[in-house]
Parts: sequence; C-alpha cells; structure tokens
Amino acid sequence: MKIVVLVKQVPDSGVERTLRVDDNTVDRGSAGNVINEMDEYAIEEALRLREAHGGEVTLLTMGPEKAAESIRKALSMGPDGAVHVLDDALPGSCAPATSKVLAAALTTLEPDLVLCGSESTDGRVQVIPHMLAERLGIAALTGARKLTVDADAVTIERQTEEGYEVIRAATPAIVSVWDTINEPRYPSFKGIKAAKKKPVRTLSLADLGIAADEVGTAGATSEVVSHSRRPPRSGGAKITDEGDGGVRLVEFLATEKFV
Amino acid sequence: MAEVLVVVEHSTGTVKKVTLEMLTLARELGTPAAVVLGGPGTAAALTDKLGEYGAQRVYVAEHSDVDGYLVAPKAAVLASLVRDVQPAAVLLASTQEGKEIAGRLAIKLDNGLLTDAVAVAPDGTATQVVFAGSTIVTSRVTRGLPLVTIRPNSVTPSPAPASPELSTVDVTVDGSAKLATVVQRVAEAKGARPELAEASVVVSGGRGVGSADNFALVEELADLLGGAVGASRAATDSGFYPHQFQVGQTGKTVSPQLYLALGISGAIQHRAGMQTSKVIVAVNKDADAPIFDLTDFGVVGDLFKVVPQAAEEIRKRK
Repeated sequence: MKIVVLVKQVPDSGVERTLRVDDNTVDRGSAGNVINEMDEYAIEEALRLREAHGGEVTLLTMGPEKAAESIRKALSMGPDGAVHVLDDALPGSCAPATSKVLAAALTTLEPDLVLCGSESTDGRVQVIPHMLAERLGIAALTGARKLTVDADAVTIERQTEEGYEVIRAATPAIVSVWDTINEPRYPSFKGIKAAKKKPVRTLSLADLGIAADEVGTAGATSEVVSHSRRPPRSGGAKITDEGDGGVRLVEFLATEKFV
Repeated sequence: MAEVLVVVEHSTGTVKKVTLEMLTLARELGTPAAVVLGGPGTAAALTDKLGEYGAQRVYVAEHSDVDGYLVAPKAAVLASLVRDVQPAAVLLASTQEGKEIAGRLAIKLDNGLLTDAVAVAPDGTATQVVFAGSTIVTSRVTRGLPLVTIRPNSVTPSPAPASPELSTVDVTVDGSAKLATVVQRVAEAKGARPELAEASVVVSGGRGVGSADNFALVEELADLLGGAVGASRAATDSGFYPHQFQVGQTGKTVSPQLYLALGISGAIQHRAGMQTSKVIVAVNKDADAPIFDLTDFGVVGDLFKVVPQAAEEIRKRK
C-alpha cells in the first residue's frame, strides 16, 4: 500500500505567534518552527499500517526552505521518503490554492491512502482534506479516532456531538486523524541517523504545471485587511482563599448575574 | 435586497443556537434565507423557529442521499442553489461539518472562504481572533461572494418574527458525492447538559482536579450554573474526563458568557480554546498560574475547599 502523509511546518504554538506587518502573512521567521502536532499522529498511523500491510510511506509538505528541517525530523519517525513542494511564489497561499498545489502533487504520487492531521495549529481551518477530495474526486473521511484498512476500502470511527459515526469508502481516499487515534512514537537514534539519508524530492510549481499567479498572495481568494494585537485582559480581581473563597466567588457571579 | 443563505445546523429535530445567531447576523447583510439540508421530513420541525428569528424563506433540500454520506452531497446541493439564487453571502457554522461543507463549496464555486469569524460587517468583511486569542484579524473574500463560517456564541440571537416562504430544492446527487458512506450512527447518552460549543456557561477542570472521580465536583458546579463541562488536555490525557470535552488547541473552541477554570494552569494551548469567553473565573492553588492573567475574578486556593463552598452558596441563593 502506498501511503502519503501530509505534513505542515507551523510556528510553535507554545510561544508567541504573530502576523507580519508587511504582507499580513504568518510570521514564520520569529517563532520556532515545528511539525504540526496533529501530523505526528497521521505519521504514526501510516507507519502502523505499513507494519501491518506492507508498502511505503511518503511525506508530502508544501512550505519554505526551512520546512526541510521538519521533514528530516518527521522522517526520523520512520517514513521512507518525502516530497517537498518549494517555490518562491507559494508564500501567502490561501486554502483553495494550497489544495490546488497539494492535489497536483498527489496526482503525481498516486497514493492508495492519504493521511493528515485534523487541523494545523496555526490556521486551524480544517478544510484541506475535503478540498483535496473535491479536486481529486476521491473520498475524504475526517476526524478519525480509529482507522481500519482492508482490501480496497477504509473504515473510520469518529466522535460526533451525539455519539460516534462509522464511515466507509473505497480507496484511494483521504483520512484525517484526531489525536485520540494513537500515541506517536519517539524517533530512535537509529531513526534519526537513517533520516539523514532518506530521499527528499523537491518539486516546483513548474513541475506541477501550476502558474505562479494561481497561488501565493497573487492568486489568493481572500485577504487580510488588517490585524492587531488583542489588548490583554486586565483589571480582574484576584483573592486568596481565607476560608470564604467559595462565597466570594459566588458573590462575584451574582454581580455578573450568573447566579 | 439579495438573500443571505444561512445553512441550518440542526440535531434531532431542533435548530441549534448558532443558526439563530447566524440568522440574526444575516439581517445586517441582506434578506435572511435558511437552507435546511437533511433526510426526508427534516424541515417540518425546524421552520417555525427559523421564521421566529427572521428567515424570510426556507430552502428545503431533503433526500436520503443528503445525510447518508459525508458532507459532499450537502456541498453539491448548496453549490447549485448558490448558482440559482446568486445570494449576497453564504453563512455556515464554524463546526467541523460547517467548515467542511464550506471548503468543498469554495472549490466548486472557485470562491474564497473565511472560517471562524466572530463578526461580519455589512460589506462582508469578517473579524477573526487567531493565535490563541492574541491577535484580531479582519479579512475579506476577494474572489466570489462572502463565504464565511461563524463561531458559535459570537452573536447574541434576537427574534424578528417572519413567515418564511418554503422553497423545495431539487436534490440530485451524482456518484462523485457519494464516496464516503455513513455506515452507522451511534447515539450515546449525553444527559441534560448543554452542548459544549454552544453553552453560555462552561465549567472546566484541569490537572488540579486530580482524578476522574473528582470531576463530580466540576459537574456539580456546571449543573448548578446550567453549564457544560469542559476539561483541559492535561485532564483528558490523564483519563479524568472523555476527550470530546477537551477545550483548547486540538480540542473544542468555546466562547461562553462565563468560563470557569478549576485547577487549570492556563497553558497557551488551553487558552487557544477559551480566550474569547466574556467573563473568565479561575480557582487555582498556584498564585502565579498564567490563567490568572485572563481572569475577571480569580481565587488562589484549594479547589476542593473553594468549589464545594461555592456550590453550597449557590444552592442557598436559589
């Protein structure tokens, strides 16, 4: 089975993140950059499927040059290789343009199964799997907490507000996974060494037959008009419990009319 | 005035609150028109409520294909409706399904898309709060019509009674939209508490709650305040409370009138899910916990003393 895992390098969500002043895009220079956390669950799931069914696991990322660091890190978990879509025209791409690029790359890779995380910690938009499915004419099964693969089909179980659902589709298909699906492995020392030698193929927009003005800020279907820091919340009272903390808490709730 | 299509979120025969919020918002953008997507017989139970909140028209798209497969049929029906109606804007809820339908619609119509908006101006410019609540962004769609998903609890719903005209929408879904089959839907007992994303009051517990049994304290306070129960990732990862109640990054984003954090330190990943709450209250034994940077009222103390006393005090006042 040929599995492609979509991986995104994102600014570390544990530290301060900002938008750039000049072009309103995510500042990927100041914060530390890491693999989008949810993607590690997708990689882990792919590796488990490879262990059970054989085949190969290829990472696919779109991002700036320094995304190469995250690719190596992700490879150290065990995937066989990676494809990096890298082009000066890409920064500032909106979700529809991103899906156009990834769909073109997936067409060249011809996977049986595409795995990805349920959301990225920077954009949190959650639309890429269904946009890809729409473009490629294949099924998208999103938010999996459990995934099973048999001969020519995938079945997922996913949490809903009412309970859970079981969804099934023929392959090829795209499955996004939730962080309840598994526990990602830590790279071994051997894995880290091996990752350095694994093939990483770089594709440009020209390689994918996409024009520069279809992507990036030039081809964007939406734009940021303005952005500002949200004023910090302040002026709140803080008391130390001296035996009446619960009563005083309720007094506060009463002044705010919650009680 | 052109119509503004509001895609109705509904569950077990009731209109979800976010839909009423969207109808309220839609009045500022044009003539509100609700779109009901579901199996046969879905709309009948919903139209009165939709009219009460200002829907001038209800488009009814009912077919077993609509809910027998994941989102693709809904996007297909909506795309053809948008082409027919040429609305001023399309609003969907910023739920997983709402966003997914919107994503497919954006590709079908070659249209831009904005998600997680907390406000939309009459010209279609949307306001979003990003990066764990630290940054406010205004943005607009530059290709096509404003296609925006709205975060629940962002707008105060207000009634504006109307008698909606019903329009039946022809549902023809081809094979390409029927690839992901819903094999089974399992309902789990969820009790009387409001849904987390829609609740006006959320009481959450964190690592400081200490155990699954102790979450009874969190539940008790939530029930006394008519709220939903949430949990931090530390609490769900420790098995204190089920994952679907996790608030924060990789969990739910909530924006209630009141958020009460019990034994939660307030890591940035947790703040990502609750920072736009109107009033924030915390109880934590660590006076330096970052959650206190956000609170309107904070109690430094032992939650096992403070919370039972608060519960007792609320009961006394009732």
